[in-house]
Amino acid sequence: MNDSGAGPARRKHAEHVMGTVVSFDVPARAGEPRGDGPLGRAVRWLHWVDATFSPYRDDSDVSQFGRGARPLAQCAPELAEVLEACAAISARSGGYFTTTPGGSFDPSGYVKGWAIERAAAILTAAGSAEHSVNGGGDVQCTGERVWRVGIADPLRPGRLALVVTGQDFAVATSGVAERGAHIIDPYTGQPPAGLASLTVVGARLAETDAYATAAFAMGSGARDWLEGLDGFEAFAITAAGATWQTSGFARYAG
Amino acid sequence: MRRVILAVTGTIAGLVALLSFKSHVPSSPVAATAGGPGSGSSSASSPSSASTSPPRGGGQTEAVPGAFPQGSLAGTLPAGETAVNGKVASTSYGPVQIQLIERSGKIVKVAVLVQPLNTLNDIQIGKFAFPKLISETLTAQDAKIDAVSGATYTSAGYVQSLQSALDKQH
Repeated sequence: MNDSGAGPARRKHAEHVMGTVVSFDVPARAGEPRGDGPLGRAVRWLHWVDATFSPYRDDSDVSQFGRGARPLAQCAPELAEVLEACAAISARSGGYFTTTPGGSFDPSGYVKGWAIERAAAILTAAGSAEHSVNGGGDVQCTGERVWRVGIADPLRPGRLALVVTGQDFAVATSGVAERGAHIIDPYTGQPPAGLASLTVVGARLAETDAYATAAFAMGSGARDWLEGLDGFEAFAITAAGATWQTSGFARYAG
Repeated sequence: MRRVILAVTGTIAGLVALLSFKSHVPSSPVAATAGGPGSGSSSASSPSSASTSPPRGGGQTEAVPGAFPQGSLAGTLPAGETAVNGKVASTSYGPVQIQLIERSGKIVKVAVLVQPLNTLNDIQIGKFAFPKLISETLTAQDAKIDAVSGATYTSAGYVQSLQSALDKQH
């Protein structure tokens, strides 16, 4: 029943949602993005997440909960799940991951990766054996084939810095390349100095992406912290163009 | 064809970034920019000409000498080679369009169809940056990637991302 990744029966789809574009690489029989098949279910999930968790929509649970207008019990149960996960990651990162990056409640730093990971799980549950879902540069790959994920070079746009390979894995990159300095060190209120981009590789995207965000905010402290995380490896490019990687990263190097 | 499209987009994305960067650092020698950060200023252009700022929009259209073909190669190709034109990309310095020559699924040559020629800086970009970016294009096509991870792009930024080029493959 496995789909052949190299075969022609693949389907690409790019969905504009959550302020970015989510790119799907799925088996052709995953159906249409507006259909009832696996792809349609995953796409509908992402739009539901957008409507429920967007801090830019006044009627979203996140907006209403954030200003105290809607108690947690009246929000979607997934919000409590997200809050619990965010609290654990915040503690594990010494506060560098936060749900109030700009002062007001905004769990987007976790929600996007979590939503992509869940979209990939929805595809699996609906019968797709091999797929990748890329949410604006953070990727969840599913299936036994070896996936090749290029890491964009933050200093030379349009080029790749390297390629990582793996099976059933997630790749998340934080950096300044595409949106300017949007990650703030919560302890200084300033963009972290020193890193141009930081890539974390792990099994599942929700945690992997959140750790990439937290570590990027740490700046020069990121390397030691990442070295101590079990199940995650990292690769960084400094603003000066130098690179470093955690001790186990080499097994992902393509 | 997939890799050809990927290369077209990648090269244009690089050019757009390069041209944007130039607008912030007008006196930086072009050769240093093309070599990327940390490459030093192995300037082949004279500092005096690099810092000259002739007025924009002068409509100067003289041919630029360089190590890469100017203008379409479509009429001169041997059997087995095909020309693929990229879309015209708008940059802050004007339109840019490149042409890739493909043989058996590989890019073998790159030509520049349209590039900004309005200022001396633009001419230097054409002379030094284009060949650099073209050589990078010829390297990137061998990467055979499934997806691209990078700092989060917006809906608008997606258009020029390498991922968008991958998504066009069906």
